[in-house]
Amino acid sequence: MLNQFMSYLGSNVTPGSANNQLWALIYVLIIFAGVSVAVICMNWIERKALAHFQIRLGPMRVGPHGLLQPFADALKLMLKEDIIPSEADQFVFWVAPLIGLLAAFTVYTVIPFGPSQAVSDMNIGILFMLGVSSLGVLGIVVAGWASNSHYPLIGALRSSAQMVSYEVAMGLAIVSAILMTSMNASGTGTLSMIEIVRAQQQQGVWFIFKFFPLGFVAFAIFAIAMVAETNRAPFDMAEAESELTAGFHTEYSGLRWSLFMLAEYAAMIAVSSIAVTLWLGGWMRPFPNLLHAPAWDFIFSLFPGLTFGGLALIAVIGTVRMPPHSFFKVQRIGLAVFAAVLGLIGLLLLVIAVAGRTADTSLASRFDEGIGYVYWFVLKVAVFMYLFIWYRATWPRYRFDQLMRIGWKVMLPISLGVLILTAVVGLIFS
Amino acid sequence: MNDSNVVSSRAASHLELETPEKPYLDSNELIINMGPQHPATHGVLRVILKLDGEKVLGTECVIGYLHRGVEKIAENRTYTMFNPYVDRMDYCAAVSNGLGYCEAVEKLLNVEAPARAQYIRVILTELNRIASHQLWLGTHALDIGAMTPLFYTFRDREEILKIFERYCGARLTTHAFRIGGCQYETYAGFEKEVTNFLSFFAPKIDEYETLLTTNRIWLERTKNVGVISAADAIALGVTGPVLRASGVKWDLRKAQPYANYSKFDFEIPIGTNGDTYDRYLVRMAEMRQSMRIIEQAVNGIPEGPIMGKVPKVIKPPVGEIYHSIEAPKGELGYFIVSDGSTQPYRLRVRPPSFVNLQALDVMVRGLLVADVVAVIGTIDIVLGEVDR
Repeated sequence: MLNQFMSYLGSNVTPGSANNQLWALIYVLIIFAGVSVAVICMNWIERKALAHFQIRLGPMRVGPHGLLQPFADALKLMLKEDIIPSEADQFVFWVAPLIGLLAAFTVYTVIPFGPSQAVSDMNIGILFMLGVSSLGVLGIVVAGWASNSHYPLIGALRSSAQMVSYEVAMGLAIVSAILMTSMNASGTGTLSMIEIVRAQQQQGVWFIFKFFPLGFVAFAIFAIAMVAETNRAPFDMAEAESELTAGFHTEYSGLRWSLFMLAEYAAMIAVSSIAVTLWLGGWMRPFPNLLHAPAWDFIFSLFPGLTFGGLALIAVIGTVRMPPHSFFKVQRIGLAVFAAVLGLIGLLLLVIAVAGRTADTSLASRFDEGIGYVYWFVLKVAVFMYLFIWYRATWPRYRFDQLMRIGWKVMLPISLGVLILTAVVGLIFS
Repeated sequence: MNDSNVVSSRAASHLELETPEKPYLDSNELIINMGPQHPATHGVLRVILKLDGEKVLGTECVIGYLHRGVEKIAENRTYTMFNPYVDRMDYCAAVSNGLGYCEAVEKLLNVEAPARAQYIRVILTELNRIASHQLWLGTHALDIGAMTPLFYTFRDREEILKIFERYCGARLTTHAFRIGGCQYETYAGFEKEVTNFLSFFAPKIDEYETLLTTNRIWLERTKNVGVISAADAIALGVTGPVLRASGVKWDLRKAQPYANYSKFDFEIPIGTNGDTYDRYLVRMAEMRQSMRIIEQAVNGIPEGPIMGKVPKVIKPPVGEIYHSIEAPKGELGYFIVSDGSTQPYRLRVRPPSFVNLQALDVMVRGLLVADVVAVIGTIDIVLGEVDR
C-alpha cells in the first residue's frame, strides 16, 4: 500500500490513468471535501454579496461578519424534524435528493483542476460529464412527483421541460468547442477534458477568443444555458418562490432539503468548471505561451499566496474597524484568528512558491505547479460563481413560456449556426 | 386536494370546481390553492386557480381572512373615535384613508378645514401616495423575481416615514388628520425636510427605472400581461392607476377636486394598452406628479389656523353623505348615514382594492400561473382594505 502511495508521486498523469486506486480514492475524498467546503463558502458569499447588492448587511450575528452562519444553518437543518408527507411516495421521496446529489458530485471525477489534478482522464470526459449532469434533473422530477402535491409537481414539470430544451443548445455549443480542438496538424479532436485544455495551450488561444466572435458566441450560449440548467435566477422557474412557493422542494425540510441545496450549488460549480475548461483555458494561467520565461512563471506562482495575503488583509481591516465595545470582543478575537489563519496559508503558499523555484527539488516544484493550476482554475470558476449571484440580484424572473421560446427559437438556431460556421472557418484556415 | 373538497361545498362557485372527478394526475385540470399563506398574495388573499397545465382557466378570490368588521365598529364609536380605525384599512396609505374620512364627516357637518390645514393635508397625502407606490413597486418587482428594487424602495420610503413620524409620532398608522383640520402644527423645519426629500427622491426614481423600465425581462414579463380594456375596467368599477393605464383619464383630484387640489398644477398620467407595463409606467409617472404637487404645496403653504370651527361633540345633522377621494390605489369612498347622534348610523367604505380585485379574473384568464402573481401585484391590493 505504501508502495502504491509512493509510486504515484513521481508520475505526471491522473490517478485514474495511472491505475492507482489508492490515489484515486484520496483525490475523490479531497474533491468531495473541497466541493463541500466551496458550497459552504459560496453560501456565505452569496448571502453577503446579495445583501450588499441590496444595501443591507446580510448575516452579521453568528461569528464575526456572520462567518459561522453556514455552520449554524447546517446545524439547524440537521436538527430539524424530518417530515415526509403522509401522502408522499415514501421511498421515492427519500431517494430523490440523493439522485440529485449523486449526479452533481459524480461530475467532478472528470473535472481537471490541473493536467494531473483530476480523478481520472476519461477519453470521453465531456460526454460523461454531460450525461451525468443531466441526470440531476431526474432528482428534481422525482422529488416533485413523489411529494404528491401541486406546487412541487408544477415545479418539477417546468424543470424537466427547461432542462431538456436547454441541454440541446448547451450540447451544440460544446460541440463547437470540441470542433476547435481538432484544428491542429493531425486534425483529430478530443473529448477528454484534459486534452481539451492542452489543445488550447497548443493552439495558443483560449477557445473563447478563437475565430472571434464564434468562440465567444458559443461560450455565451453555454453561459446562458448553464444558468437555466442549474435552475438559477433569472431562470429559476422550478423553484420560483413567488409563484410556486418553493417549487419542487416545497414539501422537503431539514437535511433532505439541504441536500437539494448542496446539489444545486455543486451543480453550479460543476457547470462553471465545464465552461472554464472548454473556453477559458482550464487550469492555465494567463498568457502561458507569451510570458513563458522562468521569471514570469515565478511571478505567477506568487499569486495564490498573495491572494490569501489579500484576504487576510481584508480580515485584518475588518478586525481593526470593529466597534470598540466589549460586546464585540469575542468577534474581534475570532476575526483576528481567521485573519491569522488566512495569512498563514498565504505565507505557506508563498514559501512553497519560493521553494519550488529556488530549491528545484522535484516534489516542491511539482507541488508549486499543482497549486498554481488549482488556483487559476478555482479563480476562473469563482468569477462564474460571482456572476450567478449578480444575475440573481439584478434580473427579474423569466416566464416559463418565454424561457422555452428563447431556448428553442433563439439559442438553438444560434448555436447551430455557430457550429456550422466554426466548421467552415476551421476548414478554411486549416 | 383537500381544499377542493372544502370548496365544492360552496355551491355558488363559478369555477364549477366539482367537475374534476378523476384523480388529478389523470385529468387535464388542476386546482391550485394559492394562498392564504403564499409569498406573493400580498397578505392573506386566497386565490383558487383552475389550471390546464400552467394555463389559467379561471380564478376565484376567497377573501375575509383579515376581516375585522371595521364598518360595524363604526356604528359603535363616535365620529372622533372612529378616525384611527380607518388607518388600519389600507395600512400602506393610512394618511389617504384619514383624509377621506375626515373630509366626509366635514361635509356632513358642513364645515371646512382652514387653508393651512388643507395644504398640510395635501403634502402628507401626496407623500403617502409616493410611499404607497414605492411599496407597490418593491413588492411587485419581487413577485416578478427582481429582488433588489424592494430594498431600494424601502430605503427611500423610510425618509417619508421619518417625516410622518416627526409630524405625528407614528410611521404607518398615522392618524394625522382630525375632523375639521389637523391636530398638529408642522414641526420646525418641516418644509425644509419635505423639500430635501424631493431633491433626494428625484434621482431615486431614475434609479428604479434604470433597474426595470428598459429591462428586457421586465418588458417581457409585463407587456401584454393582464390586459384590461377601458370598457371592462369601467364596467367592473375599477379605479385608480389600473383604470388610467387603460387610457381613461379619470382622477378624482381633477374630476371632483377635493381638499384644495384644484389649486395645483399637475398632470394625470395615462396609459394606452391597459397592461401591466402601462400600469407600472402610470404609477412611476404618478410619483413624479406627486412630487410636483408637494413642491407647489410646500412653496405656497399659508399661515393661519389649522383647525376649523368644529363642536366639541360631533353630532352631524340627520342625513347621508358619500365622499370619495383619489387614494393611491383608486377611488376611496365613505358613505355615512347620520341619525343625528354622536355615532354613525351606518358607515360604508368603498375601498379601491376590493373593487379592483374583481378585475383579477378578467385579467388573468388564459395567462400562465406566473402572470397571476404579476397581476395580483399590479392591481396593488392591500388585504386590510379588501377585507376591512
